[in-house]
Amino acid sequence: MARAVSTRRKVAVSIIAWAIGLIIFFPILWTFLTSFKTEGTAIAVPPKFLFFDWTLENYFTVQERSDYFRHFSNSIISAVGSTIVGLIIAVPAAWAMAFSPTKRTKDVLMWMLSTKMLPAVGVLVPIYLLFRDFRLLDTHIGLIIVLTMINLPIIVWMLFTYFKEIPNDILEAARMDGAGLREEILYVLTPMAVPGIASTLLLNIILAWNEAFWTLNLTTTAAAPLTAFIASYSSPEGLFWAKLSAASTLAIAPILIMGWFSQKQLVRGLTFGAVK
Amino acid sequence: MRLRSLVFGSVSLVAMAATAQAQSLTIATVNNGDMIRMQGLSDAFTEETGIELEWVTLEENVLRQRVTTDIATQGGQYDVMTIGAYETPIWAGQGWLAPLDDMGADYDTADLLPAVRDALSVDGTLYAAPFYGESAMIMYRTDLFEQAGLEMPAEPTWDFIADAARQITDKDNELYGICLRGKAGWGENMAFITALANSMGAAWFNMDWEPQFEAGIWGDALQFYVDLMNDAGPPGASSNGFNENLALFQQGKCGMWIDATVAASFVSNPEESQVADSVGYALFPTNGEYDNHGNWLWVWSLAIPSSSDNVDAAKQFLNWATSKSYIEMVAEEEGWANVPPGTRTSLYENPTYLEAAPFADETLAAMNAATPEQPSVQETPYTGGQFVAIPEFQGIGTAVGQAFSAALAGQTTVEQALQTAQQVTRMEMERSGYYQ
Amino acid sequence: MATLHTQTAARFMMAPAVLLLLAWMLVPLSMTLWFSFQRYNLLMPGMEYFTGFENYRYFFSNPSFWAALFNTLYLVGGVLIITLAGGTLLALLLDQPIFGQGIVRLLVIAPFFVMPTVSALVWKNMLMHPVNGFFAWLARVFGFQPVDWLAQLPLVSIIIIVAWQWLPFATLIILTALQSLDEDQREAASLDGAGPFSMFFYITLPHLARAITVVMLIETIFLLSVFAEILVTTNGGPGTSTTNLTFLIYIQSLLQFDVGLASAGGIVAVILANIVAIFLLRIVGRNLEA
Repeated sequence: MARAVSTRRKVAVSIIAWAIGLIIFFPILWTFLTSFKTEGTAIAVPPKFLFFDWTLENYFTVQERSDYFRHFSNSIISAVGSTIVGLIIAVPAAWAMAFSPTKRTKDVLMWMLSTKMLPAVGVLVPIYLLFRDFRLLDTHIGLIIVLTMINLPIIVWMLFTYFKEIPNDILEAARMDGAGLREEILYVLTPMAVPGIASTLLLNIILAWNEAFWTLNLTTTAAAPLTAFIASYSSPEGLFWAKLSAASTLAIAPILIMGWFSQKQLVRGLTFGAVK
Repeated sequence: MRLRSLVFGSVSLVAMAATAQAQSLTIATVNNGDMIRMQGLSDAFTEETGIELEWVTLEENVLRQRVTTDIATQGGQYDVMTIGAYETPIWAGQGWLAPLDDMGADYDTADLLPAVRDALSVDGTLYAAPFYGESAMIMYRTDLFEQAGLEMPAEPTWDFIADAARQITDKDNELYGICLRGKAGWGENMAFITALANSMGAAWFNMDWEPQFEAGIWGDALQFYVDLMNDAGPPGASSNGFNENLALFQQGKCGMWIDATVAASFVSNPEESQVADSVGYALFPTNGEYDNHGNWLWVWSLAIPSSSDNVDAAKQFLNWATSKSYIEMVAEEEGWANVPPGTRTSLYENPTYLEAAPFADETLAAMNAATPEQPSVQETPYTGGQFVAIPEFQGIGTAVGQAFSAALAGQTTVEQALQTAQQVTRMEMERSGYYQ
Repeated sequence: MATLHTQTAARFMMAPAVLLLLAWMLVPLSMTLWFSFQRYNLLMPGMEYFTGFENYRYFFSNPSFWAALFNTLYLVGGVLIITLAGGTLLALLLDQPIFGQGIVRLLVIAPFFVMPTVSALVWKNMLMHPVNGFFAWLARVFGFQPVDWLAQLPLVSIIIIVAWQWLPFATLIILTALQSLDEDQREAASLDGAGPFSMFFYITLPHLARAITVVMLIETIFLLSVFAEILVTTNGGPGTSTTNLTFLIYIQSLLQFDVGLASAGGIVAVILANIVAIFLLRIVGRNLEA
């Protein structure tokens, strides 16, 4: 009875929800639409929503000027690469913290998170000098290292909170059955941990993909990802909204689509053990 | 410092490793229209010489930050950098740039406009090849002036400009008498305000490097600017830079726009501009007393870091991109009105160009009127027109620019802004040891 | 027993992460600390010398410092309030049965995937622009004077932009927490005659406490270093009204290339961030323990 909902109410709630959803989504939709306009139509007042001469011209211009696919693959390499490296380092650490916690565990974890607060602009020069000396400027490896390090605290913490939710009873039971550490990890815990790892992986790819300070400052051509691609379209001379929109659409589309398809997995671990 | 010597050692190692590879140049450039055109035409260069080009095209502020970091740390990421009249003498003085004294006979260094050549030279040696140059001038709507019964004098004064701007303004119809830069930044609002102050007889520093913001003339200049923009400027002026104003002018929302001469080819291009047919040009205003047109001079130019391993190939590229034949190539592909302006005397003697570019005469006049070696009627310890050619200026100019944009937005008074400007500048100059 | 064995194993497993982060933090941090006591400007090489605390003195005596500190707090606080309140309301809404729930969800979470630079550019040029922007058009349609967002309400504008990016994150987490709320508990409460408001305040909100603290923690970490949005939209101005600490350090390190001063600023920011962190982590730690 209590949760029985009348259709009328459902319609009303739906309308509100759709309206809010569309408002929130509007900037992205608007960018998408603008990317098919000519520069003149893009700034037309009153704005044109759907009835204009759709053109792909901006996309051709953008591709001709700056090789989208190279930037795209650099983004993939650095985002996926840093995520994988990050997981390889973080999974054991989070594991250990979750299953054999000591008094210090919490402090270590908190300290890790606090490293994330180091303002990037303040350490650019030291890092640039180091990268130059180790010849890491404009390399995929260099970018992967930086992205791994800046996101590692979040990865460890996410995994930790997720692992902690895995009931200890199961471990006990497995140990009773004489399972060693290896078996314990391989057969008992891994299957339970996979969803958490998956969502950590997704979140980290998003964060790495959108990181726009280090990726821009430590690359030139060979490793330059989509953030650098965007930087060549922000406020040039003359009218630029349509081209900017096309470049923006190209830069965010892959990660948006990935996010949409994987949102269920993403959410599952995103809750950081916030849900009991 | 030990780190430093270690660093230099490794740089030279890198240098040796790199020379063995095939010729390829990494070029950092601004995403301005002329540079994008250069990138588009550069296949011809590769075909001709076999030298591959890697382009890094970035927005101006990001680019400046990237190349400055790189050259100051000897990062060695670029073979050719796009820099301006501000950086060139400072960097050349540090020994960071390769001299361009042997550009080849066909390059014709003597053909470069004298003001441009001087701006890019240190002790008579050229350190950057000018790609395009600009001064500042008035662009105005001839149709609106006619409607209002106004006539633009050959050498307008600020009083005339202010009156005309207020007359033309019709805010209900989104028509604003004048559009000026207001966005904070040493290369944004400060470029304009410094030129304005120059023309009114103010200077940044006296001969003892004491900042002069509280010496009266600056107050007049800033008050004039703020009042004018409040009465006759567009909304949101405090976040408008060159690009924002360009868009406004092209849509026919500004009666006048005082900005870089290079804008002339955009506002007169019928493909981009709705007002292309009715744009007139005039010299940067004076205060009627001094023959000082603000002394705005900027040259986007190509320079080679001395740490580059490909200096010879890079010189070849500079030669190609800033030569007379490049100008001809652009003219052939895109029409004469679109060639990079403001670098060569020969261009302004070319009748085809003069015909195709209605703004050519005013541009040349504006460039010739600029004397960055003597920015103001006052005696100054520095050179530079719309900027002060000292390394500290980027920081000071930005801080002062912020204070002035706050005054424009109405968040502070003009007096407060000047006080802040004085304080910030004094502090930074003291810190840099100018007063010992 | 096994415990000792696992303890050692645990150490080994943690070691890479801890050591790497330690290196990542200590190497730049100690370089920064070293530079912060040097007079070191990248544009004037060969003039480095030790200056003691002079850089710190200059950093603190900079009139922008206090403004930047408060702007940082306003920014973090403002975005937190908007995203937490908005996120909770939105989550409550999305938790209701609605037509096309999946699609609405996709629409709501989309901003989270957008690069900060892109969202700042889009908001600045296409939405908030006082002449050509969409909002200006909307205002005129309804007969209002368009708001000049970035000049009149600069910090508010930045907060709106940043909140837009983080609202989906808050919504997602709170929604998930909401969905795990025990159905029986709700039903029992409503049988006891609890109205929707008391239900929300006595049953739902306490249940969401953990989720909310987690959102607070993660967002704070990212919000303390908001940078791209400011660089793209207002350049810290007008005046210092949108200069936060990160941006102040940016002005010093990448415009003045005053590495010494910027390093001092960096150290100050690290200390401040850690104070915030300790404060926050205490709360969160307690909440997570429960």
